Amino acid sequence: MTDQTTDTRMDATRPRASAAHKSSGLLGLTGKDLGLFIIVALLTILAPFILNPFPEGSALAQFNGGYPDLMQRFVIFGIFAIGFNILFGLTGYLSFGHAAFLGVGSYAAIWMMKLLTLNVIPAIIMSIVFAGIFALVVGYISLRRSGIYFSILTLAFAQMSYALAYSVLTPITGGETGLQLKATDTPLLSNLGPTEIGRANFFGVDMRASYEMAIGDWLFTFNAGYYIAAVFMLLSFYLAIRLFRSPFGMMLRAVKSNQQRMNYTGLNSRPYTLAAFVISGMYAGLAGGLMVAMDTQVGPERMFWTASGEVVLMTILGGAGTLIGPVLGAGMIKYMENIVSKINDGILHQWFAFMPDGIEDFLVFVIHPFIGKGWHLTLGLLFMLVVIFLPGGLVEGGQRIASVFRRKETKTSTVEKSAAEQQQHSE
Amino acid sequence: MDGLILQILNGLDKGSAYALIALGLTLIFGTLGVVNFAHGALFMIGAFCAVTLQRILNLGFVDEGATSSSVGGFSFGGAQETPYVEHWFGEAVGGTIIDWSVPLAILFAIPVMMLVGIAMERGLIKHFYKRPHADQILVTFGLAIVLQEVVKFYFGANPIPTPAPDAFTGSFDFGVLIGYDPFTIVYPYWRLVYFVFAMVIIAAVFGFLQFTTFGMVVRAGMADRETVGLLGIDIDKRFTIMFAIAACVAGLAGVMYTPINSPNYHMGMDFLVLSFVVVVVGGMGSLPGAVLAGFLLGILESFASMAEVIDIVPGINQIIIYLVAIVILLTRPRGLMGRKGVMEE
Repeated sequence: MTDQTTDTRMDATRPRASAAHKSSGLLGLTGKDLGLFIIVALLTILAPFILNPFPEGSALAQFNGGYPDLMQRFVIFGIFAIGFNILFGLTGYLSFGHAAFLGVGSYAAIWMMKLLTLNVIPAIIMSIVFAGIFALVVGYISLRRSGIYFSILTLAFAQMSYALAYSVLTPITGGETGLQLKATDTPLLSNLGPTEIGRANFFGVDMRASYEMAIGDWLFTFNAGYYIAAVFMLLSFYLAIRLFRSPFGMMLRAVKSNQQRMNYTGLNSRPYTLAAFVISGMYAGLAGGLMVAMDTQVGPERMFWTASGEVVLMTILGGAGTLIGPVLGAGMIKYMENIVSKINDGILHQWFAFMPDGIEDFLVFVIHPFIGKGWHLTLGLLFMLVVIFLPGGLVEGGQRIASVFRRKETKTSTVEKSAAEQQQHSE
Repeated sequence: MDGLILQILNGLDKGSAYALIALGLTLIFGTLGVVNFAHGALFMIGAFCAVTLQRILNLGFVDEGATSSSVGGFSFGGAQETPYVEHWFGEAVGGTIIDWSVPLAILFAIPVMMLVGIAMERGLIKHFYKRPHADQILVTFGLAIVLQEVVKFYFGANPIPTPAPDAFTGSFDFGVLIGYDPFTIVYPYWRLVYFVFAMVIIAAVFGFLQFTTFGMVVRAGMADRETVGLLGIDIDKRFTIMFAIAACVAGLAGVMYTPINSPNYHMGMDFLVLSFVVVVVGGMGSLPGAVLAGFLLGILESFASMAEVIDIVPGINQIIIYLVAIVILLTRPRGLMGRKGVMEE
């Protein structure tokens, strides 16, 4: 409890400070936020280099995450998690049905591509609009309750959408098989040959177009789709920073720390939480639209409640309520899903080959359940550890490590200072 | 009319499963105030207790002497494996034991589930009493994933058939009893067994809480934990045991459910969402509410899957439970039988 109150107090002072400096910063961001944004932007732009640190053909090449499909997932699920964090991280309302908005966005996008144009921009706009409308309806009803009831209401809505998409709405959703672009689709504004299957493009640039650059043994892939998704991610990240530092963001934090007190002061908090809900639903819709833009197909399993659970995992793992946490969490889970799941016993034997046979076999035996298909087990354990020991997620972990180093520095420089600090700690 | 009776009967077995899981869930919530997202996993562990016992009983050795299936020096499938049980007790008794592995698994599951429950409460959930509900949901959700993956690792991803004893395999012509033509209302024996079993368990839990000193203390603790603690009673220990009992109830529900649906590793997650909805409809923390809502929703679901109803409202069978939950939550958030003020804003 005491932890929480100090937390909110710290949070409360920060936006006020930023508000005072607002006009001075570039893009309306203050020094620290601007630094964070620039770092994230650089990382996203240089991702094809950063994620491919190992030369092609080396033993470690399988840890390279720099292929287009995975990089696209990083940014798309990053957007999804940023949006979820606006609701959960700021207001504390835990939605277990966010995948429904992602699904609605996806369906809207693919219909736009089937009917109007293969350009991704209208599809993405429609996915945001539809997800926003759906979130407005669901949020208006669900936000009448809070706590666990809210979680169950959102869960119920999402499961309903999934069940309906799977069965009755088959004419719209394609049922179990989902929807794909087919040769029979003739979008109004795109000139396609009679048997040509359309491909998503951005004003003529094919989303799958890639430029490969070989430097020595290294191979870097620059994919058009990735960069378009990355631009959207940076845009959403920027908006999220502005939202976190705005008076509106303050209001949402107040809802999290003590909604009752807000109501007693005569303030109706529901419009604020509803706005947060719709915004985060629109983020999910954007993520859904981008998924379709990258890979033109949708299936109802995208809306299943475990998909909603995944975004919860991402946000908590990275650090709910922090700016960068959700993106980190999304990246981490998607990396595990695609890379850890590929490690098998043969690879483990290679790694531990330098050890005596008995120990080698034993180590492989111990690690075996956690790799390959067992990556979910690793994820579950990691998630539990984070919830138990690091409620602030990986971001808090990083801060703690950083503070340990900082404390060491002060100890070596001035003994007095550290003594004072210790006194403070004992208090 | 016969159709309606059939649907009520069909709803009973699913309703029994909902009621049992929701009973344990609400028992945990009422005593410890913890929202347990790993409860579905306990149901699944129970089911896999049955699978484990079945496998243990079928453990055998290759009998060199007996080559039963050799025709003209050509043996089919190699040497016959004789289960140890048949070797020790003779073929007839041993065969019966193997045949009855699912009911026998109840005896096996009770200690296992007790241990799992105590380990879970002492090892993990104890540390989450003071943390917000969201944290409890998250950590138990993580635990559910872990348990599910462990089971998947040892038993594989495919459903494992665990048949009911031969005596219960057939169906039972219920229609004849109440004056309908034969074969209009037939009901599998095992589902009847499951329903009776559920009623026994529910009665046992209520009887335990109502008529024993232990139960009385637990009820007092549910009403006012602090005062009971001040009276010098170690309420924590009792609540731990209640958690173990709740785990047991879920586990036994899982054991007996295996012949109805072959167990697979995600059956817990499938039931979890629905049983939460059941708890909410019944009223958070209300034990009779959980049972009532379990049966009501089970029957309602089977009514909604009648062809006549689906013709009028397509897809209703898929969403009826969620729809009911939404309506209840919006109009009467304390649920059907919940006390005023429990988890209400």
